[in-house]
Amino acid sequence: MQYEAVIGLEVHAQLLTESKIFCGCSTQFGAEPNTQVCPVCLGMPGVLPVLNKKAVEYTVKTGLAMNCKIAPYSRFARKNYFYPDLPKGYQISQYELPLCEDGYLEIMLNGTKRKIRIKRIHLEEDAGKNIHDPSGYSFVDFNRTGVPLMEIVSEPDIRSPKEAALYMKKLRAILRYLGVCDGNLEQGSLRCDANVSVRPVGSTEFGVKTEIKNINSFRFVEKALEYEIKRQIKLIENGEKIIQETRLWDSQTGTTQSMRSKEEAHDYRYFPEPDLVPVVVSEDWIEKIKKDMPELPDQKIERFIKEYGLPQYDSEILTEEKALSEWFEEAVKLGGKPKEVANWIMVELLRLLNEEGKDINECSLKPIQLVELIELINKGTINRNTAKEVFEEMYKTGKTAEAIVREKGLTQISDDSVIIEAIKEVMNKNPKEVERFRNGEEKLIGFFVGQVMKITKGKANPKLVNELIFKILKE
Amino acid sequence: MELNKLKLTELVPLISKGEVRPHEIIIDVFKRVQEVEGKVKAYITLTVEKAYDMAREAENAIFSGKKSLLTGIPIAVKDNICTKGILTTCASKILYNFYPPYESTVTSKLLNNKYILIGKTNMDEFAMGSSTENSGFHVTKNPWDLERVPGGSSGGSAAAVAADECIAALGSDTGGSIRQPASFCGVVGLKPTYGRVSRFGLVAFASSLDQIGPITKCVADAALLMNVISGHDPMDSTSAPIESSDFTEYLGKEVKGIKIGIPKEYFIEGMDKEVEERIKDAIKELESLGCIPVEISLPHTEYAVATYYIIATSEASSNLARYDGVKYGLRVQGKDLLEMYMKTRSRGFGTEVKRRIMLGTYSLSAGYYEAYYKKAQQVRTLIKNDFEKAFEKVDFIVTPTAPSPAFKIGEKIDDPLQMYLSDIFTISVNLAGVPAISIPCGFSEKGLPVGLQIIGKPFDEAGILQLAYAYEQSTPWHKMKPLL
Repeated sequence: MQYEAVIGLEVHAQLLTESKIFCGCSTQFGAEPNTQVCPVCLGMPGVLPVLNKKAVEYTVKTGLAMNCKIAPYSRFARKNYFYPDLPKGYQISQYELPLCEDGYLEIMLNGTKRKIRIKRIHLEEDAGKNIHDPSGYSFVDFNRTGVPLMEIVSEPDIRSPKEAALYMKKLRAILRYLGVCDGNLEQGSLRCDANVSVRPVGSTEFGVKTEIKNINSFRFVEKALEYEIKRQIKLIENGEKIIQETRLWDSQTGTTQSMRSKEEAHDYRYFPEPDLVPVVVSEDWIEKIKKDMPELPDQKIERFIKEYGLPQYDSEILTEEKALSEWFEEAVKLGGKPKEVANWIMVELLRLLNEEGKDINECSLKPIQLVELIELINKGTINRNTAKEVFEEMYKTGKTAEAIVREKGLTQISDDSVIIEAIKEVMNKNPKEVERFRNGEEKLIGFFVGQVMKITKGKANPKLVNELIFKILKE
Repeated sequence: MELNKLKLTELVPLISKGEVRPHEIIIDVFKRVQEVEGKVKAYITLTVEKAYDMAREAENAIFSGKKSLLTGIPIAVKDNICTKGILTTCASKILYNFYPPYESTVTSKLLNNKYILIGKTNMDEFAMGSSTENSGFHVTKNPWDLERVPGGSSGGSAAAVAADECIAALGSDTGGSIRQPASFCGVVGLKPTYGRVSRFGLVAFASSLDQIGPITKCVADAALLMNVISGHDPMDSTSAPIESSDFTEYLGKEVKGIKIGIPKEYFIEGMDKEVEERIKDAIKELESLGCIPVEISLPHTEYAVATYYIIATSEASSNLARYDGVKYGLRVQGKDLLEMYMKTRSRGFGTEVKRRIMLGTYSLSAGYYEAYYKKAQQVRTLIKNDFEKAFEKVDFIVTPTAPSPAFKIGEKIDDPLQMYLSDIFTISVNLAGVPAISIPCGFSEKGLPVGLQIIGKPFDEAGILQLAYAYEQSTPWHKMKPLL
């Protein structure tokens, strides 16, 4: 039997506000434990939360970018459970009346658009971190407690791990474009839980679902889901039952492991937070936020196609990261031909970044350097192959293309006499091939060009070499 | 002259004129404390040394011409109001060692006035109770009869004021916790409109009901204290964004033509005869002052106690979750996390607190939420509407504060339902969020004080104080002192 997966994602995104959601403490990542805390985020007796307006604004912004309805009136609620990293014994979250509802995101799969509906986006506070020491003691770091967290819940519209990955990519791109979240799964500023079930293709009923937690890297979104779907299908085919439960993704073993079943599930006893008044988002405020909205990935893709004549594929890759799209546009503005610049970015720049596991924000190479490099090619100073070498050198050292070409003596040889000499040397060493060539085996041209390039250490102008070989050998 | 026996309004001009120095007042206060505190046991913590330091600061302020309204006035503060660096226990063993690193907004305001803190007063644990018998430390006695309770939960504050162990006090009122002990101890207690006084630093019992207010020897004292403690606070999102008026503004103004509503649901079969008589006398007195009594109905009154005990306990079950032994207060070690939680909370909380946590947890549980918490919120709206409708017809509502005078220690402690019913006349006011005062209106045959409750429209504390003052000035009750 053929099965299809039904997947819904719950994404938590830490907001890039300067201060926490209900107090003035800093949200900076990586500080010494318990140095960014105060009585309010520590949940001491008698203290009260005061809502950070910026966090609401960021959530509304996200809601608008994801085509949601913004609630004119929403409420915070308490989610009650005991855990040492939760100092009040409850998390201030939203339950019945979230800030944003009924939106969607579009993803491109094999050239077709797929709409993934978004059920809700709500605002809540992050918990702290428990640290278990080998000594047997446990410690709690409350620095993260109260960092504003946005929960983005999709409808179960995702049908494959590939789609889930594309959805996550699109979502992350939007968050980063908006500047509301840095989208770092490894550091936990973006977290993804997945609800997965499988059913026979054609069925409209849902199967029993499991929730996968701890997917802490982009690479694992697909892997974890693929594993879980296979696991579920195998259970069904063996006539076994799927248990509704929470499962943890283990990247070491590449499997998911049972964490707790529904019977052990929490009763969170949600109720409206009496310490906060309802959040009122006025039309005026929404309009103001709309005016402030940056160009989003989908709009940018369209513009790149129209304005620069780029293919869809190129536009998608260039717009995945806002900074990358800006890098590209800067290079074009400085005189680079759009398609040429796009090729350099997609083939060389992204390869180098990937090798180091860096992203464009950590890249020291400047657009002007690429444009200068392209100019050297166009002027015939260096050839395309040499240019790749120069590009890599620029990327690593930050030097200009010209300086590298000068230092390494990479200037292209366009002097006929030097090339003719090299051709003659090759002819002397390979009389048989010369013979064959002269007898009409013209595909040997490649062999001769290669030999000449070898002698000239790749610096010879390939076009010239080609011409001269024909000219001399045909004499 | 024993300065501790004076009222706030009497001391303020004496200090202003330089006739009395703050440290003279606290000498008298602490002398009195030494004499009677062994019997009354109003305080959990006496801040003697601190008080002398504060008196010195007050005197410096006066000397340098920087005197404020309450400069040099000794005030007692209920032990659920956080005072920086001073033990704040909520009368709970779970906070037996808690020294807040922050100051509540109300005490910050008092500090800005250079008041003198005398001590932190006893209460029912986490303000849950109506007799102060639920204190995790000791029972406070009613100064009028040491075998009786002072009421609760602000029993320590009311007893300290009645026994002249301070000049005035702060209490907190969630379902009657200022008014009922004021009634039992023969003093004045005002529960302001919800949102009038900041809750920042008040250890939460039921967040949507809690409100801090004054407990004083007379109505004018309450108005004066209100002038200092009320007002919008950016640290409390539920504090009303309106600036406070002068609460003494209408004191002494005549009350002729004021319509006072008498809710028929508050005069029921089986209520204490003596209380009923005192209240009826008080209404006659108000009539003689020109007030017009109007019979009104607050039809949902009978549901108030049930509604209250669902909402208050639900909020409490959540508010008290933070006392888990992890961060501050009591920790009883266990073999694992769960055992630490259970042992800490088992030993740290008293019976009544545990009972309410369980009630509230139950009301909020999946499957019961709709039937209990949600329903209670709906009834709360109906109760609120009752008051809104009534206030279309009348200016104030007059009722007994409590169904009986102070009862005996131990009398109701094993019968929670009877105990809960002692708040039957005060609870609706918290549910509706409106302000109300309790003022002395006579004594029972056994010489126990009876309290009259005046309920006003939202934010009409000044009006309530005006009417209460008019009544007080035409009756002798506030001049009576217990013999100790």
